[in-house]
Amino acid sequence: MNNKVLMKGNEALAEAAIQAGCRYFFGYPITPQTELAAYMAKKMPKVNGVYLQAESEIAAANMVLGAAGTGVRAMTSSSSPGISLKSEAISYMAGCDIPALIVNVQRGGPGLGGIQPSQADYWQATKATGHGDFQILVFAPATVQEMIDLVGLAFDKGDEYRIPAMILADGMLGQMMEPVTIPEHTTQHLVEKSWACCGHQNKRKHNVLNSLFLTPSELEKLIIERYKRYDIIKEKEQRWEEYRLDDADIVLVAYGASARVSHTAVDIAREKGYKVGLLRPVTLWPYPTKAFTTLKETARAFISVEMSMGQMVDDVRLAVECKKPVHFVGRTGGKIPTPMEVVDKIVEVGGMD
Amino acid sequence: MSKDFNMLFAGFGGQGVLFAGKISAYAGLYDNKNITWLPSYGPEMRGGTANCSVCISDNPIGSPCVVSPDVFIALNLPSFEKFKNSVVSGGTMILDSTMISEKCDRTDIHIFYIPASQLATENGLDGLANIILLGKMFKETNFCTQQSLETALENCISKRKQHLLLPNKKALQIGMDF
Repeated sequence: MNNKVLMKGNEALAEAAIQAGCRYFFGYPITPQTELAAYMAKKMPKVNGVYLQAESEIAAANMVLGAAGTGVRAMTSSSSPGISLKSEAISYMAGCDIPALIVNVQRGGPGLGGIQPSQADYWQATKATGHGDFQILVFAPATVQEMIDLVGLAFDKGDEYRIPAMILADGMLGQMMEPVTIPEHTTQHLVEKSWACCGHQNKRKHNVLNSLFLTPSELEKLIIERYKRYDIIKEKEQRWEEYRLDDADIVLVAYGASARVSHTAVDIAREKGYKVGLLRPVTLWPYPTKAFTTLKETARAFISVEMSMGQMVDDVRLAVECKKPVHFVGRTGGKIPTPMEVVDKIVEVGGMD
Repeated sequence: MSKDFNMLFAGFGGQGVLFAGKISAYAGLYDNKNITWLPSYGPEMRGGTANCSVCISDNPIGSPCVVSPDVFIALNLPSFEKFKNSVVSGGTMILDSTMISEKCDRTDIHIFYIPASQLATENGLDGLANIILLGKMFKETNFCTQQSLETALENCISKRKQHLLLPNKKALQIGMDF
């Protein structure tokens, strides 16, 4: 017998946040994310933390903006329609350089959509989580254990670069249970937050966190400075995982739940004799373009596997510099592709010589 | 290397479909296997059809969605009809024949009919047909060790509900003996 326990993905995200030192959770219920908030409601009082169910998603996200502005680790979680509501506050956090954690356990959209698993918020997470010139860190776990591991990392990297961070999960990962080991107190990289608005007690100049700059030159300068930081992140923080890529002619590219399905599809297709492997982005922003450096020369074709209409295809095309064809297979609206649907696509692409 | 199991439990919400799956998952965990447990969620949990996928494997598990189960436990007629043809050839199907009066016409799988709901009622174990079916599943598939199964049952019953432990153990035994 081992020391592993079974946890739902949603509960694992919550426990990991507490272990990472987060003591401020502001949320609003929505399926399929609700177990995260429910876990926080139970556990936060026991660790002298704050659990607050706000009157709306908008309020919850702005509470995170305020709390994180004092330098504490704060977070919110929701599912797709709720993230749209939170996007205003996320833009303000980016504009004020305030790090915080936002969890999106995606469901089908647009609009209220459905409640079944989806990855249709890829564009929203990686291109436009709100208005204005900005990016946030986006981490895409594929196992419940990784949901735990990436929460700590998201807080650490957010603090390090003063940037909001998102865990982009989906209903399948949120609802499923897997064995996990919970590391205690993963907070190892607490950085000094000299910018925090936490009371100057007349000992220092007061800090200001603000996103309003009416002088264009001043705003432009600030944004350019911020983009220099983004360049450092793009250089240093790309993360991905490779599976059976050594001799791969065909490369599946998939993250999160789709990567689980693709993993099974690779095994089935390998048995049929196809030289296929899986490249799994762990960071969606920064996109792991470095992972493609050799593959874009050695592989024959790429297939983006998604639970959306193919939102990641363009990022794969850019990463392979259009040197090789990029195909797409996926389902949307709350449907999860079966491994055989992916295998069929591999066979189709494999037969294109 | 021992066999991998892809199991599907299906029935009405409230029949303990998810719970039976959870015990199976824990049993696999205690045998030091990789496991996944994936429930259906949303409105079907509240009275509609509910189902639950459990994978137990020596290797890392890819997709946790069981599309073609090698073990299928059916607790009601709609679930039986929906999934009976998805069971892999050579697989195992276990039916609560109190709830499902029809017979399965497939000849390429192992089919076991057990009047689990009736047995539960006769033994004063109303509501534990799921555990009786679990016992039967263990007997016919040996998907885990008996010790792990018993430990899983004990650990899945919360401290507040310890008075239900004995009835659950009894139900498990009835299934194993049938």
